[in-house]
Amino acid sequence: MVLPRHMNTPAIKTIAFFLFFISGTSVALAGSSKGEKFDPGGTILHHVKDAHEIHVMDGVSISLPIIIYDDGLKIFSSSHFYHSEPKEVMIGDAKEHYYAYNGYALFHEKIYKLDHGALHIEDGHPHNEKVADFSITKNVSGMLFGVFMMFMLFIAAAKHYKKHGIAAPKKGIVRAVEPLVLFISEEVARPSIGHKYQRYVPFLLTLFFFIWFGNLLGLIPFLGGMNFTGNIAVTMVLASFTFIITSFSGNKHYWGHIFAPPGVPVALYPLLIPIEIIGVLSKPIVLMLRLFANITAGHIIILAFTSLIFIFGEMSTGAGYGVSVVSMAFSIFMNFLELLVGFLQAYVFVLLSALYFGAAVEEVHH
Amino acid sequence: MDLITPGIGLVFWTTLSFLIVLFILSKAAWKPMLKALKEREENIDGALAEAEKARQEMASLQSDNEKLLKEAREERDRMLTEARDTHGTIVGKAKGDAKAEADRLIAGAREEIRSEKRAAQTEIKNMVAQLSIEIAEKVIKERLSNDEKQKALVNSLIEDLNLN
Repeated sequence: MVLPRHMNTPAIKTIAFFLFFISGTSVALAGSSKGEKFDPGGTILHHVKDAHEIHVMDGVSISLPIIIYDDGLKIFSSSHFYHSEPKEVMIGDAKEHYYAYNGYALFHEKIYKLDHGALHIEDGHPHNEKVADFSITKNVSGMLFGVFMMFMLFIAAAKHYKKHGIAAPKKGIVRAVEPLVLFISEEVARPSIGHKYQRYVPFLLTLFFFIWFGNLLGLIPFLGGMNFTGNIAVTMVLASFTFIITSFSGNKHYWGHIFAPPGVPVALYPLLIPIEIIGVLSKPIVLMLRLFANITAGHIIILAFTSLIFIFGEMSTGAGYGVSVVSMAFSIFMNFLELLVGFLQAYVFVLLSALYFGAAVEEVHH
Repeated sequence: MDLITPGIGLVFWTTLSFLIVLFILSKAAWKPMLKALKEREENIDGALAEAEKARQEMASLQSDNEKLLKEAREERDRMLTEARDTHGTIVGKAKGDAKAEADRLIAGAREEIRSEKRAAQTEIKNMVAQLSIEIAEKVIKERLSNDEKQKALVNSLIEDLNLN
């Protein structure tokens, strides 16, 4: 966007003011923390990983329900863990702590069964029995919020067509939704899949918006850094859906290419078939890793820029203020970049899924 | 290591919520939306095809009109030529007729004049012959009024005969 000339100076002043203001608060926060040494790696990983509460800011967090399966379902609030007295354990030389409640321990956001009321650490890892954790974690709640947003938006958008028939929308949310739906359906699905594309469009649309909304949610501050599209479990499930649909759509031609590659001597089959199978399996794995790595990396970079302030703030308050302006500028730039990446990765995931479906349903061409 | 180990809880919730979203949105959002978009596309295609058809019809109508106009023009020209021809023929024929009639009349008149003239000539001839006979009678009567004269005549006649 090009700003009009007369807008430039005030706009820059406003941005500079906000940069100064935001970074100033950050440094102040850094100064107010407990006096422990700031651990950027731990902090960043902690924010990127899943958690059992939504950490809004120091002292303000939203407790989430813990659901575990251990001889029947057990449901209780995570506040029982976080508001209990932390218990200390030694991992190597470092002092770490866990929370205990009702015979269970929460250590590094993982739930273990307490053995004689204690967590036993051996070789730096707890050796207690893990329990199946189905908690509504930070990422699950973010996902549910995204799902809720999707229902609101798309059901509202679909109402337009019930009311106005096929007339092009003149106002409302449907005007934003329709071009995207058309884009996925006509520009992604149709050219990639071919004439059978309509069967796959609902899946591709759901996938696209699920990923995109997840990516955007991860960029909203004060939500504890929801990062569910940057979590390997989520991307694994999504890639598995693509893999399952591809495999079930595969026609004779598709499987024939894998198990009886045409124009290849039979003697080479033992060599080629494993390669083809690796090819088939690597596609969903690549989908899974690409989305996970891109979104997680984006979060890590933004958090790293923010951490810079605290690192320099620990050296001297002045250095913290100095670095804060630069690192906030970079961090804002990264946020804009992540807005783009968020859309791009959702698009790439859907486009590649569509291409895999297209390969699976492709008819023989001679 | 935690970062790349999928947790069972998140796998479960993701699968569940994705399937629910897929099911509900397919029924409640994507289906009506895609149906409407498809119908709109078909509608637009149909309208375009109809417009094209109408355009072609207009073009063919126009060419028909032009053809009709051309034909009408040709018809008019043909009629004009015909009329001119007819006019010429009629006038020519009338002229010819008139001339023939005049000729006939003139010829009749001439013929009458000729026959009248012949009759007059015959009458005149007859009159001249009558008069001649009367004159000859008178002359003969006068010449043969005495013997001498009769003798002289006979002599002259005999003389003529001798010569022959």
